[in-house]
Amino acid sequence: MAEREQVRRERIERDPESADEASTPAASERGERLKDELDDLLDEIDSVLETNAEEFVKSYVQKGGE
Amino acid sequence: MAVPKILGIETEFGILHRGVPEPNPVTASSLLINAYLSRCSAPGDGPGAPRIGWDFVDESPALDLRGFSAFDAMAPEIETHLVNAVLTNGARYYVDHAHPELSTPECLDALDLVRFDRAAEQILIESMAAANEVLPEGQEIVVYKNNSDGKGNSYGCHENYLIDRATPFGRVVAHATTHFVTRQVFTGAGKVGCELPGCSRSDIDFQLTQRADFFEEEVGLETTLKRPIINTRDEPHADPLRYRRLHVIVGDANLCEVATFLKVGTTAIVLAMVDDDFLHREARFADPVRALQEVSLDQSLGRALELADGTTATAIELQWDLLEQGRKYVEERGDEGVGGPVAHDVLDRWGEVLATLEEDPEPLVGVVDWVTKRHIINGYRDRHGLQPDDLRLMALDLQYHDLRPERSLFARMGAETLVDPADVERGMTTPPEGTRAYFRGRCLDRWPDSVVAANWDSMVFDAGEESLRRVPMMEPTRGSRAHVATLIDDCDDITELLDRLSGRPG
Repeated sequence: MAEREQVRRERIERDPESADEASTPAASERGERLKDELDDLLDEIDSVLETNAEEFVKSYVQKGGE
Repeated sequence: MAVPKILGIETEFGILHRGVPEPNPVTASSLLINAYLSRCSAPGDGPGAPRIGWDFVDESPALDLRGFSAFDAMAPEIETHLVNAVLTNGARYYVDHAHPELSTPECLDALDLVRFDRAAEQILIESMAAANEVLPEGQEIVVYKNNSDGKGNSYGCHENYLIDRATPFGRVVAHATTHFVTRQVFTGAGKVGCELPGCSRSDIDFQLTQRADFFEEEVGLETTLKRPIINTRDEPHADPLRYRRLHVIVGDANLCEVATFLKVGTTAIVLAMVDDDFLHREARFADPVRALQEVSLDQSLGRALELADGTTATAIELQWDLLEQGRKYVEERGDEGVGGPVAHDVLDRWGEVLATLEEDPEPLVGVVDWVTKRHIINGYRDRHGLQPDDLRLMALDLQYHDLRPERSLFARMGAETLVDPADVERGMTTPPEGTRAYFRGRCLDRWPDSVVAANWDSMVFDAGEESLRRVPMMEPTRGSRAHVATLIDDCDDITELLDRLSGRPG
């Protein structure tokens, strides 16, 4: 276990830049884009969703696999 | 040197036949596959369209297969009354129990396998369209790429890896278990609820994987009851003295291409390290089945898993450790057996995904399935102020996996792709180039009427002579494009091909 922790620490020490990358403009842009896309998806989702969710979920039975 | 990690995925798809009072999934699956095969062999199709290569329905296995011992060994798993076809891309497309199932052709690297896994989806999509054309008004067959019905029934997405027969199996168990338990952080397809006995929606609203709830043993032969993390089925479909095929039943079916890429790419590297006895740090769990479920149930990814030596580690810590050793392995031993240049992309991507998971998984929408699904489910729940146990959330879960392009929630997420759609389409009808699947697919394409039977490790031809002729394919790397393309192109008929093959042994 000690060895494993050391591997982990080395990685962090060796890659200080990679931690910063997460907060670069590219990453936050992606966050914004995800949010916009989700809003769009949720706007249209009701038209795509199975009309009777309860019945659909109940009817989805899969027996006999593998 | 590890044996080349030849890879394949077999996916059982969920199926619904809507608009009939008492749907029968076996009939629906047969109808689905037959509709596809009929469409493909219909007149007017261009060259390279798939045809029926092999169908037990019209055969008498006892007669046709007499004397072919490798074939006899395969026979028991085949239900002769059900559809069973081999496609010109080298895949097998069949009815398994109550599901349509597609086994990809053998691939040499994770990227090519992603392409054939996507081609499989496209084949199912086209099958639905073909079936629904012939069904009466008001009926519809719908296919889902998932692994659970949410009611305690599971069906598999199995992976296959060629490993060295000489590798002690205990070593495989030790290291592969660590990887299978911890890789769930990026292989999980996500699930609303929990199907563990005694567990309800109010206990667990969401977990990382579809499958973890269904595993009860560490090692065993079963696939449907008391499922084991390590499946011991010993059916190499290759030279049994040299090879073993590790049949992995513990994974989820993925829709995100990056998730499939990492699932098979990382596992190939881990197994190559096992073959070469390269892994010297062992992390055995105190209770592997419990650890499997703990990882799946922990969205924080911070759960300390108990190890047999009394210490603890998180899934991500154990993954970092495997990645470090994988990097070292490829650096020291080369990339040849683990997919060549693709192995480096696997290692890079592996590290990126672990780093992101550790910090905040949310940017992995479109990259990792459970993150993508959770994003939709939580967004919908928050917008409509739903309780965690609202059935609509379970409907969203199922519909994430709906393969109909106009209904699939996954398809709306703009997921990252690794393969070009044109290459995926080509993969529906033409085989991978680096393995024996190339020979299988090309022969089926060129001489479909002469192929009596095709299997993973042999083909049987009827060249109009007194007896049938069998071509063994016990070496999965032989029969590749480099080996046989010119030969197949040069031959005018099947007799010439068979004569030239027997004149040039090996």
